[in-house]
Amino acid sequence: MTNYRVIFDITRTHLLSRIKQSGVAALGVTFGIGMFITMIGFMTGLNGLLDGLILNRTPHIHIYNEIEPSEAQPVDLLTDFSQSFNVVSSIKPKQSQVRIHNALPLISQLKKDERVKGVTPQVNANVFYLAGSIQINGMITGINVLDELDLFNFGDYIVEGKPKDLIKNNKGILLGSGIATKMSVTIGDRIQVKSANGSIIPLKIVGIFQSGLAEVDKVQSYVNLKTAQQLQGGGNDYISDINVKLWDMELAPKMSKEISSQHKLTAIDIKTANAQFDTGSSVRNLITYVVSITLLTVAGFGIYNILNMLIYEKMNDIAILKATGFSGNDVKLIFMSQAILIGLVGGTLGLLLGLTGSFIIDQIPFNTAGLPTIKTYPITYDYKYYLIGISFALVSTFLAGYLPAKKAEKIDPVDIIRGQ
Amino acid sequence: MSKVLEARNIQKHFHFPVDFHVLKDISFSIEHGEFVSIMGKSGCGKSTLLYILSTMDTDYEGELFLDEKLITDNSANELARLRNEKIGFVFQFHYLLPEFTVLDNVMLPARKLGKKSFDEIREDALDKLRLLDIYDQAHKKATMISGGQKQRVAIARALINDPVIIMGDEPTGNLDSKNSDTVFNIFRDLSKEKNFSLLVVTHDQDFADKTDRIIEMGDGRIISA
Repeated sequence: MTNYRVIFDITRTHLLSRIKQSGVAALGVTFGIGMFITMIGFMTGLNGLLDGLILNRTPHIHIYNEIEPSEAQPVDLLTDFSQSFNVVSSIKPKQSQVRIHNALPLISQLKKDERVKGVTPQVNANVFYLAGSIQINGMITGINVLDELDLFNFGDYIVEGKPKDLIKNNKGILLGSGIATKMSVTIGDRIQVKSANGSIIPLKIVGIFQSGLAEVDKVQSYVNLKTAQQLQGGGNDYISDINVKLWDMELAPKMSKEISSQHKLTAIDIKTANAQFDTGSSVRNLITYVVSITLLTVAGFGIYNILNMLIYEKMNDIAILKATGFSGNDVKLIFMSQAILIGLVGGTLGLLLGLTGSFIIDQIPFNTAGLPTIKTYPITYDYKYYLIGISFALVSTFLAGYLPAKKAEKIDPVDIIRGQ
Repeated sequence: MSKVLEARNIQKHFHFPVDFHVLKDISFSIEHGEFVSIMGKSGCGKSTLLYILSTMDTDYEGELFLDEKLITDNSANELARLRNEKIGFVFQFHYLLPEFTVLDNVMLPARKLGKKSFDEIREDALDKLRLLDIYDQAHKKATMISGGQKQRVAIARALINDPVIIMGDEPTGNLDSKNSDTVFNIFRDLSKEKNFSLLVVTHDQDFADKTDRIIEMGDGRIISA
């Protein structure tokens, strides 16, 4: 029978009578857990940000018409030469339309697919921005603003003005920040845009767009789908690109194959387009875990050391306890509970330290051209990591306390008393 | 009269560094209420015998009865419980837990036993301290009192569970003659008035002479009992 109250009273007295040592041991855990929480919060925050950078604005499947040479050249159709080795030199791309044939039915078909979260059409047009007598090369994309906001966090990249202003204004444009600087124009100004077929359209700047990639911002602007269709001289069904977002990104490669084979279109999935990206994320996570586990292991060794020393100091007490009827198991419990208490107190303080650290990092200004809407360092406050932290604190202190406590359990009181 | 403690043919060897036969065929018994001392020169094995009798040392041959029950092959946990309940121990070097108050030290074995409530144990402990005339020191830290006082606290602790036998390992060996006398008189009173059984290892002839019976040991054997 074990009387836990007595055991706990002894534990408490031991810990409180050497509050400095206990404090140092607990601080080791606090520091380890605190660093773990802060680091993992920062790392996952950063990962999330980088994920967002790529994933949010990249469609899971991008459908368009690639300009490319025909795979089957006329000579391949002649049965006479089917057994021979044909060489055709200087092949040119096939004359074909840029627009997607029958785009609207395709879109409504995709929208019915239950794997699909959303579909949005785009019209790309090569243009010149006119600044006096100078023509600046550019690219205008006609978009469905609401869809883009909804599916691809388009709003994150509008640094001035509101994207919704574009909906109201059919002659509005969200101008790339690079071009805006080049042409010294800002919101409210008017610019003229010349399309490839020579027609000139005046547009009013309703907002400034900044993707974070300078090369893009120097050429890219956004207008309404309708405006871009006018620029291209096409009707309502003139659509050059279709972007698809799925519920589950993992399905993208399979589905893109389906689309390209069914509709004779080019469909690129996000996995193929950003293969290197996944690797980066997982390596960063791995590093975080390795560093944190190292910190906690070091803290564990600290506890092991302190408890070991404590047990050497307490040999006499252990002998008395055993002589007066405390069993080996009681003595083990006394020292185990000390270790676990240190782990619990140190771990809880560690969570608070981690939270404070996260909060401080969260306040540090972080301005980068690449991420116009981010003002401070990104931090994740995921309760999952706090659970991992406190569990690890308890497990490591348990292990660190177990060996010394086992030794205390085995101490023979006769050896100690005889040794006096 | 019942026998509180009986040893039958106890043999003990030390195996390290070389085999050494410390205790040779020890048999004796202690009656209820007896005050017995074990005498002998240093190295004759009297302390070793006491550790076996106290159940702390289980590496021996022979049979040991406590309160007329054979306890030789009991498990370590059962023995710990027996020590807690039936044996009170007083050592040469006081052996109090330094972080605890005098009162806490006295209360610990009873709290471990867990038969009474905290308040009852506290009252018991204060009674024992009053009996040993150190009531006024009850709330001091164990390190803050004198050697003689510490030994009296240790006796109070040995009494707390009303054991069937109290064992002492040179309980006066570290005390001056005045404190020695005090401790002896306490033992005397416990034996006479409270009818406790006592077994004390000593090499103090004066002390031994005043006990009911002397078991004299030499060279691992009982010379006279």
